[in-house]
Amino acid sequence: MAKTVVKMKINGADVEALVEARTLLVHFLREQQNLTGTHIGCETSHCGACTVDMNGMSVKSCTVFAVQADGADIATIEGMANADGTLSVLQESFRQMHGLQCGYCTPGMIMRAHRLLKENPDPTEAEIRMGISGNLCRCTGYQNIVKAIQLAAAKLTGRTYVEAAE
Amino acid sequence: MIPANFDYHRPRTAPEAIALLGQFGDDARVLAGGHSLIPMMKLRLAQPTHLIDIAGIADFKGLRAEANAVVIGATTTQSELLASKELTTAVPILREAALMIADPQVRYRGTIGGNVANGDPGNDMPAVMMALDASYRVLGSKGARKIKARDFYQGAFLTALQGGEILTAIEIPMLPAKHGYAYEKLKRKVGDYATAAAAVIMTVVSGKVQTCAIALTNLAPMPIYAAQASAMVVGTNLDHATITKAAGAAGSLMAPAADARGTIQFRASVGGVMLGRALKRAFDRATG
Amino acid sequence: MNDMTPTRAEREAKLEGMGCKRKRVEDVRFTQGKGNYVDDIKLPGMLFGDMVRSPYGHARIKSIDTSKALKVPGVLAVITAKELKGVNLAWMPTLAGDVQMVLADGKVLFQNQEVAFVVATDRYTAADGVEAVDVDYEELPACCDPFKSMAPDAPVLREDIKDKKDGAHGPRKHYNHIFEWAVGDKTLTDAAFNKADVTIKELISYQRVHPSPLETCQCVASMDKIRGELTVWGTFQAPHVIRTVASLISTIPEHKIHIIAPDIGGGFGNKVGAYPGYICAIVASIVTGKPVKWVEDKIENLSSTSFARDYHMTAEIAATKDGKVTGLRVHVLADHGAFDACADPSKWPAGFFNIVTGSYDFPTAHLVVDGVYTNKPPGGVAYRCSFRVTEAAYCIERAMDILAKRLNMDPAELRLRNFIKREQFPYQSALGWEYDSGDYHTALNKGLEVVGYKQLRAEQAAKREAFRRGETREIMGIGVSFFTEIVGAGPSKNCDILGLAMFDACEIRIHPTGTAIARMGTKSQGQGHETTYAQIIATEIGIPADNIMVEEGNTDTAPYGLGTYGSRSTPVAGAAIAMAARKIKAKAQMIAAYQLEVHEDDLEWDIDGFRVKGLPEKSKSMKDLAWASYNRPPPGMEPGLEAVSYYDPPNMTYPFGAYICVMDVDVDTGEYKVRKFYALDDCGTRINPMIIEGQVHGGLTEAFAIAMGQELKYDERGNLTGGSLMDYFLPTAVETPHWTTDFTVTPSPHHPIGAKGVGESPNVGGVPAFSNAINDAFGFMGGTHINMPHDHWRNWEAAHKLGMHG
Repeated sequence: MAKTVVKMKINGADVEALVEARTLLVHFLREQQNLTGTHIGCETSHCGACTVDMNGMSVKSCTVFAVQADGADIATIEGMANADGTLSVLQESFRQMHGLQCGYCTPGMIMRAHRLLKENPDPTEAEIRMGISGNLCRCTGYQNIVKAIQLAAAKLTGRTYVEAAE
Repeated sequence: MIPANFDYHRPRTAPEAIALLGQFGDDARVLAGGHSLIPMMKLRLAQPTHLIDIAGIADFKGLRAEANAVVIGATTTQSELLASKELTTAVPILREAALMIADPQVRYRGTIGGNVANGDPGNDMPAVMMALDASYRVLGSKGARKIKARDFYQGAFLTALQGGEILTAIEIPMLPAKHGYAYEKLKRKVGDYATAAAAVIMTVVSGKVQTCAIALTNLAPMPIYAAQASAMVVGTNLDHATITKAAGAAGSLMAPAADARGTIQFRASVGGVMLGRALKRAFDRATG
Repeated sequence: MNDMTPTRAEREAKLEGMGCKRKRVEDVRFTQGKGNYVDDIKLPGMLFGDMVRSPYGHARIKSIDTSKALKVPGVLAVITAKELKGVNLAWMPTLAGDVQMVLADGKVLFQNQEVAFVVATDRYTAADGVEAVDVDYEELPACCDPFKSMAPDAPVLREDIKDKKDGAHGPRKHYNHIFEWAVGDKTLTDAAFNKADVTIKELISYQRVHPSPLETCQCVASMDKIRGELTVWGTFQAPHVIRTVASLISTIPEHKIHIIAPDIGGGFGNKVGAYPGYICAIVASIVTGKPVKWVEDKIENLSSTSFARDYHMTAEIAATKDGKVTGLRVHVLADHGAFDACADPSKWPAGFFNIVTGSYDFPTAHLVVDGVYTNKPPGGVAYRCSFRVTEAAYCIERAMDILAKRLNMDPAELRLRNFIKREQFPYQSALGWEYDSGDYHTALNKGLEVVGYKQLRAEQAAKREAFRRGETREIMGIGVSFFTEIVGAGPSKNCDILGLAMFDACEIRIHPTGTAIARMGTKSQGQGHETTYAQIIATEIGIPADNIMVEEGNTDTAPYGLGTYGSRSTPVAGAAIAMAARKIKAKAQMIAAYQLEVHEDDLEWDIDGFRVKGLPEKSKSMKDLAWASYNRPPPGMEPGLEAVSYYDPPNMTYPFGAYICVMDVDVDTGEYKVRKFYALDDCGTRINPMIIEGQVHGGLTEAFAIAMGQELKYDERGNLTGGSLMDYFLPTAVETPHWTTDFTVTPSPHHPIGAKGVGESPNVGGVPAFSNAINDAFGFMGGTHINMPHDHWRNWEAAHKLGMHG
């Protein structure tokens, strides 16, 4: 079982490396590309901590072999901040709304929220909750994550965010 | 967490894929979305030494209307299914069911072919396909054949697919524009396999059920096509007594597993409830 | 005063001190994926370790064949109990006075118990090595039912202590018995029951669950043989304790052990104790001379690390016919699994379960806890439990509802009638605690008012009639939970962990330019200490929070502390922070007096500096004083501006709260909908309301999961079902209800800043609210108690048993 060469774009940069066929994309990113922002929370494809953006789709990188991602265009959390190093609208919204505590689900959550807002720039609360149903969080109870995504959606579409009454 | 190693093949055409499958036999598994197979490989419950990746083969993709049927390429993802306005208009139950499968990330990768072909009694689409009276187009080294969904499932992870065969497309007979449909699924949480689910396709004329097809998910080692129950509601206005009778008939086909979702008695009971709800919703849609 | 002079409000706001919703410092790195978690650590030459685990719940090991594994290219070693015996580490002491196998020694006692540790060049190879280890087992009859563990013919589990008549906590009644712990007045309590108008008695079970943080337990161990120094990075909620324990069980002196807890992806009590994986990684590093990383996966985490609960509580309340409680009697059967590794303070084998008198004025009470061994993993204290307080709160809150039903009295009314009154604080409970402060009537009445309790009960009555008439298949429940919990462990007179008193510490050093670094003995796993601790210091000594760097987790630099669990950070470390800050403030005052040429008593504190009383323009800011301490300290005074405080709390703290849950249930499917959840918390002084709200949201979500679906279930052979995320109920954003939070403030009189802590409260108070709601929903049809989890199946079953399916 020889190793194969894979080529892909990660956060805009071209990458070429040797992998075993069984190398999971998440391990390829974390171990070989040293992009440790994408996390591993389970081995049964439930938790979503490993979510990246692949060819414009939210994908659980623990359930994709690196060889399947040959030729793909991948965005990880490390590519989300602005070019000048400031936090992106989504990242800043998570901070403003206290949408994270331990930070472990956060990269996957933000990568998913990023794609969700591209699918649906003005989602309702129910659509947001359904939209992040593949990302588990143990710390926040999701309420402030929903607010963070609502704030980001408002900012990205030039609307004013109004926090719902309790 | 770590699968056993294997050789990875990415054939470009259907004949190449079939040839590879033939070459490696039982040592090979087909890989499309991978969201059933890869988790099993990570737990080492499946240890194929060869993976044949068919996700990129053009022959297995696409959504098109043919004479009196909608044809869906097997490697169409759930997400592509959901994005197709034509499909949603022609076969709206597919959208309803697809949204209940797993989560957004899994739907971006998981394919309709994978969901119907691997024989997992928990998968949602098989019962939907049975209710639609769909047929599966299958390709093997000996050529192509068609198998009705209602004849496809033989047991848990046991289907009519022979070794070396690949499901290439799903053929769904055209439905009248106004028809009733519902996929009613009880689950522990969003994206879970069904505790019990019922798929119903029906037509109603002058307030009476004209055609009806009922199929059930995860209430037996394979999906159940409830032919007798389906026949029972035809010609009725779906009153309470009819629904109860139909649930009773379907119930005699149920053999749910007792698992973390509940006891056999519970699952059979809620199976009947799901059936009733699906019938009512389908009727409302057919007449609304 | 000109336009340039900031107002007092502006100066205060600039500090971002206590009480404000300061945005988190941690978020800058976490939102960019730049946290530093254990599995992010890569060291040159680092190896990887993985565990071989037992498929059986109880079995003898006949042989372990490692030869095939050692032939896998890249596998360097396979460690078993045999190798560990050579360094006296095959067994290790637990925090509960028992011993535990590090690797299976002759037999296995629970499914997935650690049997062998494979060390390889990378994690993929290690996994292949694990598959290649051949273990020959002889299955033995298992015992997984705690009610059967003390039967005369029960299988012997712990052969190592089979003949020992005494355990760490006193005499043992049976070879599977661990301890009996009794407290309270039996005579007085029995008398109260004998003459009571009304008594209730109910077996209330709290099922075995698991905290399941998103990040599993892991470590990187690196032995430097040249220097004789061991460094271990790990998921450690109590890094100093780990260091002391590591030194006690190895031959490495404590000053040569460096324990570092970096960012931790959730703890919830799962990451307090020492696990076999840590010990094996350390031994492997010593043996190979290379760093060794061990990362467990989620199934391993759920099936072998510290579980929570598994308490079977028979509660009895004696009362007058007007509903005044006169006595409480509780017996607990505690299932501890195969080893007693319960992370309790050493003299408390049942934690602080004796808080079970709750918020009520019981004149007398008696409690007996029997701990037993079964073929399940060890643990017991975890999952925001504050040392068994979750169990106690569930017990008393269910029992009070059962009593209310028996008396045909409204559950809120029964509580109001029996609350400890505000005037009674500090309050001596019948089971030995001195509650510091509370105002229960105000809190519950506020909650009842806000949710519209009377209208809800009226709606419920109408719905019950509609159900009886066959007009609806939906029933409605209202769950009231009023908890008092006990946190902030704890006073040296009460508790210790392996002999270490449960103080905590803070060291603050102000730099010449007026910014500061502060270190504490606690360890945040998401609670935001880098943000909130700085707020305390900012208010105390007038330096903006942004100018205060907070560090935790490195045992070389942080002063000794007992770590973060049981909501002890704010009560203990928070106090140490205030005390250290006040030492600095006192020294700064002396410097200011010297500089302003006045007596210290002529100075008053003004937000960010000192000023002369009556002469406000004569002032010195903390920034000025910091410089001065390095530049011209007064004669006879040491230069510099720093202080350390080790704080031994005089008492525990007692946060409390009123939670109300409104639930609708479909009796034909068991489906439920949480219509409303109101949570009022009183944690005393509130340091950062935003963070408190976040803690409450998270804890309530855990409580929701526990009450409505979580369960680690073992069959009679010791097979675990529900041991992966396929089944273990972790709710998504879709299932999780909307939380309405509220608060009152009743400061702790003995705490320097009046704060009590809040992290565990929502789990403590939340579970009873959900469970009471379900029980309340079904109550009108009969029955006294339905156990958790209240999932669809069990709700359906309750309806079925009550004849609701027609």
